[in-house]
Amino acid sequence: MMSLPKKDNSITSANSMKAEVFSSSASEAEMKAIAKRLRRHIITMTGKAGSGHPGGSLSAVEILTTLYFRVLRHKPLAPQWTNRDRFILSKGHAAPLLYATLAECGYFPIDELLTLRQMDSRLQGHTDRTLTPGVEMSAGALGQGLSFAIGVALAGRLNSKDYRVYVLLGDGECDEGQVWEAAMAAAHFKVDNLVAIVDNNGQQIDGWNRDVMNLDPFPSKWQAFGWHVIEVDGHDFTQLTQAFNQAKLVKGQPTVIIAHTIKGKGVSFMENNPDFHGKAPTAGEVKLALKELE
Amino acid sequence: MSQEVSQRETYGKTLVELGRENRDIVVLDADLSRSTMTMLFAREFPERFFDCGIAEQNMVGIAAGLAASGKIPFASTFAVFAAGRCFDQIRMSIAQPGLNVKLVASHSGISVGEDGTSHQSIEDLALIGSLPGFTVIVPADAIETAQAVKAAAAHFGPFYIRLCRPKLPLVYNEGYHFALGKAVTLRQGRDATIIAIGLMVKVALEAAGNLEGEGIDCRVLNMPTLKPIDEAAIIQAATETGAIVTAEEHLEHGGLGSAVAQVVARHQPVPMEFVAIKDTYAKSGKPAELFKRYGLTAKDIERSVKSAIERKWLSPFRP
Repeated sequence: MMSLPKKDNSITSANSMKAEVFSSSASEAEMKAIAKRLRRHIITMTGKAGSGHPGGSLSAVEILTTLYFRVLRHKPLAPQWTNRDRFILSKGHAAPLLYATLAECGYFPIDELLTLRQMDSRLQGHTDRTLTPGVEMSAGALGQGLSFAIGVALAGRLNSKDYRVYVLLGDGECDEGQVWEAAMAAAHFKVDNLVAIVDNNGQQIDGWNRDVMNLDPFPSKWQAFGWHVIEVDGHDFTQLTQAFNQAKLVKGQPTVIIAHTIKGKGVSFMENNPDFHGKAPTAGEVKLALKELE
Repeated sequence: MSQEVSQRETYGKTLVELGRENRDIVVLDADLSRSTMTMLFAREFPERFFDCGIAEQNMVGIAAGLAASGKIPFASTFAVFAAGRCFDQIRMSIAQPGLNVKLVASHSGISVGEDGTSHQSIEDLALIGSLPGFTVIVPADAIETAQAVKAAAAHFGPFYIRLCRPKLPLVYNEGYHFALGKAVTLRQGRDATIIAIGLMVKVALEAAGNLEGEGIDCRVLNMPTLKPIDEAAIIQAATETGAIVTAEEHLEHGGLGSAVAQVVARHQPVPMEFVAIKDTYAKSGKPAELFKRYGLTAKDIERSVKSAIERKWLSPFRP
């Protein structure tokens, strides 16, 4: 069983976990509670900031909860630990979700989440690896994370390290040509310590993917590029956990988990609403959303 | 006739040397390893060499990931594809986080010749020079290339090293010591200073020799580290010679001339002239023909030196 960080996580309470490897198998009930807290953080943070990307943060909540509380081998108080599993957020606009998750793990105090996007904050609008403990990549310019992740995975192989590399892409992000350059290379270099997860919420800024730029047939594209493909309900902890476990057994090729999700998941008026891709909730909307997430 | 040596071949050989000394040196290329000469490293260290195919943006990203994990990646392709095609990748994956990636770009400038506009990188110094934290080096010959590549491996942070295609006459002898961030005075003089980079250094020396015959005494500086630039050497040259001419195989804007002019304007305003490609693209042709057409010959430098010296006496800051 894991020990969850306290809700009012302070530096002192987090210090007790020093040197602990934060790898755990949280129960379904614990996972649900964490996911709800992450959603509340995302709403509160973006609401307070007055800008940000709640939609694509909410869609990937279960993916990050599963990774950080069931899958990743990491030490929140030693973010540079060389044997850590790496999580790379390629869809850098989901920064609020990553920050909330890192804070819940104890990488930095939860109170700091309210500084999102403010002057001198460590929590930039899009991720910045030079500022935030636990952030592996400066992202936000879409399409670059998978390439970066290949480099990290190859270095692991060269150094005979057994860490694994996880990278989260948006489905809309897969419009970028660089994603497919990287998809080809990952299979070519046989990086089986690499797992890509696509937050397949079906929407991008201008609307539904199928109307803006059709990606179908999406799973068979990855398959044709030489990847082991797993499709799951991206809001189902059991399916996600099984997919990550299955990926560990795949040898000689990278794995992609296509996680079918709902943009804005958990807040009725944000679900499947592209307006909330890059727009923060108003004070009134924050209230309504938090009520739904009680 | 001085000996002509390929910067690219020297680069490949230097990589092999570095690879023998340090297991963390890794090399990437984008299907041009026979031209950039990274194939020399690939032959000796196949497990540390990654050919990324014709996909430069992905190569830059992989290099960044390797650097973020403690490796010292050298990534090579032609300058036009490295700097132009991958600008955003270099900006966000390498420059912003300040990662330890060494981009060594070959076939820069118009000396690539017959391949024409698509392969003539004349904007790369402006592009990469604009990125905060990048060190930019333009070696003048093969000897300086070897030392610049070693310096890049030894210093943490993002580097861009610009090489050219043709074999070049040697400017230096084996006793030369490259100092990062320092200009090299190749010739003393009092009437004007020519500051040059890359293959224009040899042309600048030729111009200074011709001008001597006309009674004009030129200082010649090589400025191998374009960024961070040696401000002290520029200020000293402006103060002591009162006129400056820059010479580069690059567009007039955003390269050596712009960088020097900024220092001169801020600290010691003196007349300046810029020997560089004007606001245009070049075409196919033999390098010598192209240098003549686009104003990069010793004659062009000589004319510019005279023009700068003439304007000295119009300047309220004349020495």
